[in-house]
Amino acid sequence: MGLAKRIIPCLDVTNGRVVKGVNFVALQDAGDPVEISRRYNEEGADELTFLDITASSDNRNLILHIIEEVAAQVFIPLTVGGGVRHVDDVRRLLNAGADKVSINTSAIMNPQLVADAADKYGAQCIVVAIDAKQVGGTNTEPMKWEVFTHGGRKSTGLDVIEWAKKMQLLGAGEILLTSMDRDGTREGFNLPLTRAVSDALDIPVIASGGVGNLNHLAEGVLQGHADAVLAASIFHYGEYTVCEAKEYMRKQGIEVRL
Amino acid sequence: MTDIAIIDYGMGNLHSVSKAFEYVAPSASIIVTSDPDEVRKATRVVFPGQGAMPNCMKEMDARGLRDAVVESALNKPFLGICIGLQMLFEKSEEGDVKGLGILSGQIRRFPSASMIDAEGQKLKVPHMGWNQVCQSNNHPMWKGIAKDERFYFVHSYFVDASDQKTVSAQSSYSFPFACAVAKNNIFAVQFHPEKSDAAGLTLLKNFVQWEPIFNC
Repeated sequence: MGLAKRIIPCLDVTNGRVVKGVNFVALQDAGDPVEISRRYNEEGADELTFLDITASSDNRNLILHIIEEVAAQVFIPLTVGGGVRHVDDVRRLLNAGADKVSINTSAIMNPQLVADAADKYGAQCIVVAIDAKQVGGTNTEPMKWEVFTHGGRKSTGLDVIEWAKKMQLLGAGEILLTSMDRDGTREGFNLPLTRAVSDALDIPVIASGGVGNLNHLAEGVLQGHADAVLAASIFHYGEYTVCEAKEYMRKQGIEVRL
Repeated sequence: MTDIAIIDYGMGNLHSVSKAFEYVAPSASIIVTSDPDEVRKATRVVFPGQGAMPNCMKEMDARGLRDAVVESALNKPFLGICIGLQMLFEKSEEGDVKGLGILSGQIRRFPSASMIDAEGQKLKVPHMGWNQVCQSNNHPMWKGIAKDERFYFVHSYFVDASDQKTVSAQSSYSFPFACAVAKNNIFAVQFHPEKSDAAGLTLLKNFVQWEPIFNC
C-alpha cells in the first residue's frame, strides 16, 4: 500500500457557472460551481480543478469569489487555471484559497513566469497545462505531438515531450496533459501520448481529455502511466459518481482513496 | 487573548490553514501573524511552510521570528506543517541549510532516480497525493483517526529522524519515512491536514483541544 492514484473532477467555469462543451465550443450550462464542488467532495474527489474560461476580463474576478467560497467549506486541494499571466495573478488566486495554479498559454509566451512563480511560491503549487495535438503521420512527415494554444486552434511548433521536460526543469510541480484530439469526444485518453509524457518526467502527470466511461479512467493509470486522472462531463451529468469511479479503479487493482 | 496564532513569514499559502481552523473552531480567536509578540501571546501556535526550506529560514529570520518560534516550540502546544516540520530539525539537504535544531535529524531529498514501488514502477517526485499515515503510538492528536488513514502530501524532501522515539507516524514512498513527529508540546506533520478532508479536520480539532503533558 502507498500513494493513491488521484481522481480529479474538472469544472470549466465561465461567468460564474460551470459549463461543458465539445472541443471547447458549444458550451452548455452544467450548474453552480460551489454546489458541484461540495458534491464532488462528498463523493470522495481527491482534488478539484477549476478552469476559468471566461473570455472577457470584466468577469475575471468572479472566479476569485467562487474559489473563496469553495475553500471555506471544501478541504481538499484546489487547482485553478485560466488567464494566469503574471506572478501577481498567481498570488491573487492563492490568496483566494487556491492551492495550485495552472499555467497554460502564458508559459509558452513567457516561460520565465513558471520559474518566477515556482521560485516565489514553491514548485508544489505550479501546474503547467499542456494542450497536445497529434500532427504529421503522413508519408512525408513523421507523427509527433505538438503543443497547441487557444483551445487547440493555434500551433506553437513545440514538441510536447521536450516542452514538458523544459517545464519540469523550470520548476513545474506537475503537468496537466490534455489531448485536444480527444477532448470532449468520450473516446478515452490518448494513452500513447500520456504514457510517453509520464515516462519521460520525474514529476506527476495528470491525464485529461476524452473520458467517456470508467474504464477510460483505469486505462489512463494502467496503460497511460498517469499519476492522476481528470474528467468533467462523466461526473457533471450524474452518469457516474466519483465514488463509483474509485470502486471501479480499485477492482482493476489500482490503489485509490476510498 | 489569541487562541491560535498561525505564523506568517511570507512563504506559501496560509489561507487554507486559517480557513480550516475557522471551520473546526468557529468560536476561537485565530490570527495569521508575522509579529513575534503576537506569537508569544498566543495559547497555541501553528508553524506552516511551503516552498524551499532555505527561503523559509531566510524569510523567518528577516521578520525576526526565530526566537518566538523556538520559545513557542518549547512552551506551548505547537503544530508544524510541511516545511514547518522540516525546519524544526538540524539540517536540510535542500540548499544545505541549517534548521532550528529543536529536533534531532536531517532532511533528505527523495532520490528521483531510484524511486520505485513494490511492483517496480517508477515513483514521481514530488510525492504528491493521498498516502497512508501509519500511526506508531497513541498520541492524543490521533484521536478519532483510523490507524492507517490517508492524508494529502506534497513534498520532495523527507525527515530522517535520529530519535525513533519522536516518530509518531510513518508513511511509505519507495521506503518508509517519518510523516509525523511528536515531542512534549510539539506535534509536527509532513502532510497537509488543512487539505486532508475529514481526517485532516479531525487532527486540527484535536490540536485545538490538546493539553500536552510537559516533562520536566
